[in-house]
Amino acid sequence: MYVAVKGGEQAIARSLELLAEARRGDTAVPELELKQIREQLRLGVARVMQEGSLYDEELAALAMRQAAGDMLEAIFLLRAYRTTLPRFGYTQPLNTSAMRVRRRVSGTFKDIPGGQVLGPTYDYTQRLLDFETTSPVEVSLADAPLPSNVPRVLDLLDAEALIERIEPGSDPEPIDLTREPLTFPADRATRLQNLSRGDEGFLLGMAYSTQRGYAESHPFAGEIRMGEVDVVVCPEELGFAIEIGSITLTECQMINQFHGGNGVPPQFTRGYGLCMGEGERKAMSMALVDRALRCDELAESSYAPAQNQEFVLSHSDSVEASGFVQHLKLPHYVDFQAELSLLRTLAAQHAAHLQTPPSASPQEDGKAGPDAACSQEPDPTPTLPCAQGREQFEAVKT
Amino acid sequence: MDTSPHLARAQWMSLLAQSDPAELAAAMDGFAPPADLTWLRPAQTGLYMLRGRVGGTGPQFNFGEMTVTRCSVQAGDHIGHAWVRGSNARHAELAALADALLQDGEQNPSLCRDVIEPLRRALHRRRDEASRKAAASKVEFFTVVRGE
Repeated sequence: MYVAVKGGEQAIARSLELLAEARRGDTAVPELELKQIREQLRLGVARVMQEGSLYDEELAALAMRQAAGDMLEAIFLLRAYRTTLPRFGYTQPLNTSAMRVRRRVSGTFKDIPGGQVLGPTYDYTQRLLDFETTSPVEVSLADAPLPSNVPRVLDLLDAEALIERIEPGSDPEPIDLTREPLTFPADRATRLQNLSRGDEGFLLGMAYSTQRGYAESHPFAGEIRMGEVDVVVCPEELGFAIEIGSITLTECQMINQFHGGNGVPPQFTRGYGLCMGEGERKAMSMALVDRALRCDELAESSYAPAQNQEFVLSHSDSVEASGFVQHLKLPHYVDFQAELSLLRTLAAQHAAHLQTPPSASPQEDGKAGPDAACSQEPDPTPTLPCAQGREQFEAVKT
Repeated sequence: MDTSPHLARAQWMSLLAQSDPAELAAAMDGFAPPADLTWLRPAQTGLYMLRGRVGGTGPQFNFGEMTVTRCSVQAGDHIGHAWVRGSNARHAELAALADALLQDGEQNPSLCRDVIEPLRRALHRRRDEASRKAAASKVEFFTVVRGE
């Protein structure tokens, strides 16, 4: 519990002034234009859009500038802003098969129909700081464009029935976590919405843990594609579908080993990741975690953190996580006073007990021996909650 | 070819939304808005929830939202609508106006010639260039045969 604290208005006003001054920096240096952020920090803009769960480059650039480059703060600003806008509806499902591909690679097949297209990637850079100012680059043009519908790599395996097929089925209306709370167990569509909004660092760590043995998914990057996808809506006023623009997406299809079971023959299974803008690390992490979270559906033994959907989905959101961690800065004066008072009482009792001669108690009460006095003392080796948790974890594991 | 009466309109509405707002404004410059123009729904920015499919082809999931600006205008007997990605009100207004004018049989041919066709060519040129740039980074593998 914390109580309302009055006063401090002037100090808060001064703090906001200091924040504004610090954000702007040296006024002799021109202020960043949103267009500069959008054009030259596009990967940062993409991350803020993805985790802010709002595709709008202008707003994401504005949030980054206002947050002075603190990405989590920018994500928070975008999430807060979206609540002020009316919801017009739901788009038709994005058709990533018809993506106008600018990058497309596979870690499983060398010769894929349509070819491996590297596109703009840091993969082949030396990671050496370049102190030269960047000058405009003359980009090479191929004689012909890429095919308009680049086939999916996983369809090659599908032809041999060696990979699970994913079809819409009855195409149920998915749960929308912006309108309904997260409940467990969460189905795969709900989990994917949560992971889409999830913090890249958290998902990267979780994904890494699955590769290091905390889940048995044995992954291959079947296909990663990046490019532009049309957004199609069907407004009631029209009664027919129209394109309303295009967005950049990165999609990752992970292929994972599966030995069969539950009446299913041995075949590869899939993990799926989708990300706004160029977000390969996020899309790959999402795909690995998506696959790990399918352990129950595939009747796999489940013991690792990345397979525990309550653990993963409850802690993936950076806005919630940073809010709860940082709320500790708020006044907890009354809470702390109560704790302080309790601790002073206990310390006084402890001191009084040490000063009492051990022989005194048996004379006062014949039934109470030294053992009784000892039982008042705190256990010298208490079982810590984390130690208990570890025991439970080990028990589940074996 | 689909003969649905909505097809042509869906195509021009899609193109107007996909076009560069500055190019659209320049193309529409030659068309004076009619005097009896009524903005039924002034440009308003809101959200559409983007939907994806699990695995790209499976059941739907809610992926994240996107800003969209919509606008409706009446010009004579015709009502023009627009939905465009982003928060650019001018883009939505121009697209709605063009939609209304394109529905008018008299004005349709000149708008198709001076607005729709140039925008279509510009969009195609941009996409073609982006695709050729990507295609230039296509890998040509030379297999190193092992153990044969």
